[in-house]
Amino acid sequence: MALDKPYKDIPGTTIFDAEQSRRGYHLNQFCMSLMKADNRARFKANQRAYLDEWPMTEAQKQAVLARDLNRCIALGGNIYFLAKIGATDGKSFQQMAGSMTGMTEEEYRDMMVNGGRSIDGNRFVEEKS
Amino acid sequence: MARIRASIYTSHVPAIGAALDLGKAGEPYWQKVFGGYEASKTWIKAHLPDVVFLVYNDHANAFSLECIPTFALGTAAEFAVADEGWGPRPVPKVIGDPELAAHIAQSLIQDEFDLTIVNKMDVDHGLTVPLSLLFGQPEAWPCRIIPFAVNVVQYPPPSGKRCYQLGRAIRKAIESYDAPLNVQVWGTGGMSHQLQGPRAGLINTAFDNAFLDRLIADPGGLSSLPHIDYVREAGSEGIELVMWLIARGAMSDAAPKVVHRFYHVPASNTAVGHLILENT
Repeated sequence: MALDKPYKDIPGTTIFDAEQSRRGYHLNQFCMSLMKADNRARFKANQRAYLDEWPMTEAQKQAVLARDLNRCIALGGNIYFLAKIGATDGKSFQQMAGSMTGMTEEEYRDMMVNGGRSIDGNRFVEEKS
Repeated sequence: MARIRASIYTSHVPAIGAALDLGKAGEPYWQKVFGGYEASKTWIKAHLPDVVFLVYNDHANAFSLECIPTFALGTAAEFAVADEGWGPRPVPKVIGDPELAAHIAQSLIQDEFDLTIVNKMDVDHGLTVPLSLLFGQPEAWPCRIIPFAVNVVQYPPPSGKRCYQLGRAIRKAIESYDAPLNVQVWGTGGMSHQLQGPRAGLINTAFDNAFLDRLIADPGGLSSLPHIDYVREAGSEGIELVMWLIARGAMSDAAPKVVHRFYHVPASNTAVGHLILENT
């Protein structure tokens, strides 16, 4: 019997469950390697070559090179691991989170200062027209 | 005998630590956050514990996907501050209490909570930001700290009910320790926030305040809230709030005294919630 996954109908949200974790294992472990300064330097010097050391899919590598965090998450990435790429690039958590919303950095910061994204209309996929 | 005198609850947003470390605490944006902790810093000077049992989560720093323990109890003599990719926070190392931690480990496992015991673990902002909020920027932390890391990164985390029951077992473990220690249990993380996807930036003030109300007055009822309600209502990372139920479960069954309550939006992407409860 399939597991119940009631979180699939939350709009704009990917829950990092065991299935996503399995899909993203090497992507996330690549991110983890960026906690070491030597690895950050090697990655920055030649991103493609560094990524090729990891058994990631081509789609995962392209998503990292494009810094497309939504795509990284769809391919099994988790934000706490992906944050290591942001740290390597000198980005804050707010800049990273904002980059996934289609808003500019300023628009996102202003939304947060004004109370954040409302829950109304954001509970279920079918609410989003 | 050791006694749990109080519990403290707080968000552990990394940007709060960065604001302190980079000397930005005086800026108006951050004053609205730190102002909510001034009364707490005064209170804790007068109620300094011997040991803090600090419930938090690691954010892909001590634990990668190689090993994902649901409950990890730190039994080491000391814990280094993690380099999360921006360099380690300039805060003191964490001094543990190996004897009490070992006692708690044995008691909890005998009570059927199948822990992971960790003797080497760097601690990240989830643990150090709450310490900074309560103790400021001292040369050394003023008490011993037992880190207790809960997996809330890979879904599913432990249920609210399991966390609440674990808190009760922690109470029993601490109160069976044969030394006259003053212990506090801290629950950290939350409140509503989502750091990923097009829904990033989600805040749910109504959910958060209802959670605070029920945590104070009806923790047993609150513990039955299912995971889906946390992630749908409080955001994919808002599910960290289950950790508050561990600290609440460690309190006595009598109604607690609410010493301090604070709520503010935002700190970076997150709603900041904070409570101090004393056993009566």
